[in-house]
Amino acid sequence: MDFAFTDEQQMLQDAARGFFARHAPPGAARARLTDAAGYDPATWRALVEMGWLGLDLPEAAGGLGLGLVEMAIILEQAGESLCPLPFLASAGLAARAVLATAEADRARQLLAPILSGEIIATLAGCGREGVALQLDATLRRDGGGFRLDGAAGFVPFGHVADMLFIAARDADDPSALCLLHLAPDAPGLTIDRPVQMDLLRPEAQLRFDAVAVPPAAVLGAGPGVAAALRRVIDRATILTTAEQVGGAQRCLDLSLDHARQRIAFGRPIGSFQAIKHRLADMAMQVETARSAAYYAACLAQEGDDRALAYAATMAKVHGSDAFSQCAGDTIQIHGGIGFTWEHDAHLLFKQAHSASRLFGSSDAACQRMADLMELA
Amino acid sequence: MRLGASPADDAFRAELASWLAAQLDGRFARLRQPDFNRNEFALLRAWERALGEAGYGCIAWPAALGGRDASLTQRVIFAEEWARAGLTPRPNHIGIELLGATLLAHGSDDQKARFLPPLAAGTEFWAQGFSEPNAGSDLSNIQTRARLDGDAWVLDGQKVWTSWAHNADWMFVLARTTPGSRGAKGLSFLLVPMRQPGVIIRPIRQMTGDEEFNEIFLDGARTDAANIVGAPGDGWAVAMATLTFERGVSTLGLQTRYRRELDQLIAAAKANGRARDPLLRHRLARAEIGLSVMRANCLRMLANIDRGTPGREGAVNKLYYGSWHQRFGELVMDVLGRAAEIAPGPDYAYQGLPKIFLQSRADTIYAGTNEIQRNIIAERWLGLPREPRG
Ligand SMILES: Cc1cc2nc3c(=O)[nH]c(=O)nc-3n(C[C@H](O)[C@H](O)[C@H](O)COP(=O)(O)OP(=O)(O)OC[C@H]3O[C@@H](n4cnc5c(N)ncnc54)[C@H](O)[C@@H]3O)c2cc1C
Repeated sequence: MDFAFTDEQQMLQDAARGFFARHAPPGAARARLTDAAGYDPATWRALVEMGWLGLDLPEAAGGLGLGLVEMAIILEQAGESLCPLPFLASAGLAARAVLATAEADRARQLLAPILSGEIIATLAGCGREGVALQLDATLRRDGGGFRLDGAAGFVPFGHVADMLFIAARDADDPSALCLLHLAPDAPGLTIDRPVQMDLLRPEAQLRFDAVAVPPAAVLGAGPGVAAALRRVIDRATILTTAEQVGGAQRCLDLSLDHARQRIAFGRPIGSFQAIKHRLADMAMQVETARSAAYYAACLAQEGDDRALAYAATMAKVHGSDAFSQCAGDTIQIHGGIGFTWEHDAHLLFKQAHSASRLFGSSDAACQRMADLMELA
Repeated sequence: MRLGASPADDAFRAELASWLAAQLDGRFARLRQPDFNRNEFALLRAWERALGEAGYGCIAWPAALGGRDASLTQRVIFAEEWARAGLTPRPNHIGIELLGATLLAHGSDDQKARFLPPLAAGTEFWAQGFSEPNAGSDLSNIQTRARLDGDAWVLDGQKVWTSWAHNADWMFVLARTTPGSRGAKGLSFLLVPMRQPGVIIRPIRQMTGDEEFNEIFLDGARTDAANIVGAPGDGWAVAMATLTFERGVSTLGLQTRYRRELDQLIAAAKANGRARDPLLRHRLARAEIGLSVMRANCLRMLANIDRGTPGREGAVNKLYYGSWHQRFGELVMDVLGRAAEIAPGPDYAYQGLPKIFLQSRADTIYAGTNEIQRNIIAERWLGLPREPRG
């Protein structure tokens, strides 16, 4: 056991920190609030050039053969710099879903353009409610091919994806799921990006009206697909915790600056215990969440399916608590300025909320933990 | 970054587990009986000696001082197996984890040679004489005085809340050695033998009904002039190091013990059907998550201390575990229901899970209250302005 970064992991973290400091300095997120893409293509291209898209994929699949810890390192820094990018969508979700469901040759073929950054891919793994694998899309046989009907909700970067991987129910077998892919211009596919409360987590709502799906576009079907996709979502959940850690750290740093500088009653407000103790509690949340995120990444990497489920659940609940508490406290510690559109506090607050709901709620995660604990 | 153990670590675990099992099925079976009381000192002393003889006294220490240079992983394994065996906290915890660690860091070679081997051998027990009636959170307000008289320090004053002093051979004492000094300056860290006429020990009954801590009157108590750690007047820095060990590394055993406690509560909830209650299910799941987070944070803290780069994760450790355990104590009472209020025997003496409800009220007080922890995190680690002082 050695629960600390290796030298290589430390170097990766330094590189990631430098990358986001250069490409997403404080204030950069502002531009994302109004642009249609919701991310900066130049930053994305730069990230692709860093070679980080295949960090955790096996070398045989065209990746670097590293693990979740390395992926988490990138996402922590992305979260801290409030820099929306289709990294989790393309590398964390879509690429993993392909790897988990397609047979090896087909997987390599599909992965190549994703890993090279030639295309952006995403995974539609939630139904209308945004809960992972509670699907509202159904695939049924139609002549020599298939037909997709229904909807998918909260698809990360679905509005800019060049390839959409879609989890759907199998009309012939209500207990089974399948995974298929569509191009964004597939007839019958509607991609909508409504105004979201969190403007820094662009998510599309998809509708499928008799979308024709050729057999070759169906990657996996049958009993194993649901479990495989669950693993993909669980890994992405742990990565989301890393992002939450970054966001919570940003909250703490902003609040600390303010608490040192803002004078009231002739003293910095950070000298009042009501404020300084709140900040100490925030630090406790940030640090324990960081420990939890990387612990979960290790558990998931080294353990079996149950370990992965346990790790994802524990990380999600604590990461969500930590970021939500820190974000709420950040507004409070800033007073009136914290309630303005101008200040970043609301961006973090909204990120905290959307992150805590990604793939399902914390309450649902607790239920899952209770199941894992076999609490009858 | 890696959690898995090596084959050598697995072998260490197997060897330790079988040794513990043999002892606890044999000569030391009493240690695991539900009504075992931590005031059964003769047994606890024999147990520490047995650990020492088997080479398990202080595994983390250098071999020359009675240890076995155990790796961090092996220390974690030791704590896990200790808890899994159903043992209460280490009898000489204060000696080994607080004084031992302090001497390793700040003691002279002579002091290490004199005091560490008996800790590893389990032959000398220690108490911590910091708190006084008017020096708790405000610890630097120490009034106990010590002056050099020939080749000995002579101490006068009063200590309070001194855990296990009635079973201690020695006590490390924070005392004022510079007459007229105030606050943190002028304090010294002295090592004082307990069994002498100038040391009067009076047990204090705690809210649990047990007598574990004491008040101590020092009335011309003497110790050799050499028994001072650090320079005269520099005791505060040494005491702060002790407290850092107390709040940090020494708590490794805690989360493994809490693991066992939570497992017991889960089993009880399944047995009495309350595991089906949706609210209790939810709270049990949250307790599980909180404990898992505690383990993660503890392992990260230890790894960073081992590398010489301690960080904020260590500073928040005490605040996190104390608060978790107190909530756990409340959950115990809700899962067990009113049956938990009934003492198992004729005395006011609780055991096992119900006792945690009472005992855990101390977890947010000793080793620095939660409020003091928050001040420390904020001032030392976040750089916020210090408290105004009267
Ligand atoms: C079970 C147990 C075992 C113990 N064992 C030992 C031992 O072996 N050796 C030893 O030396 N001591 C021991 N202690 C003592 C312990 O360290 C003190 O009780 C603790 O430091 C608090 O001091 P106090 O009791 O004087 O409370 P006080 O300092 O009087 O605190 C009372 C309340 O005021 C709050 N408070 C005080 N100052 C501030 C501030 N600046 N800001 C905000 N709030 C503040 C505290 O948080 C607390 O809530 C033990 C205590 C317990 C409960």
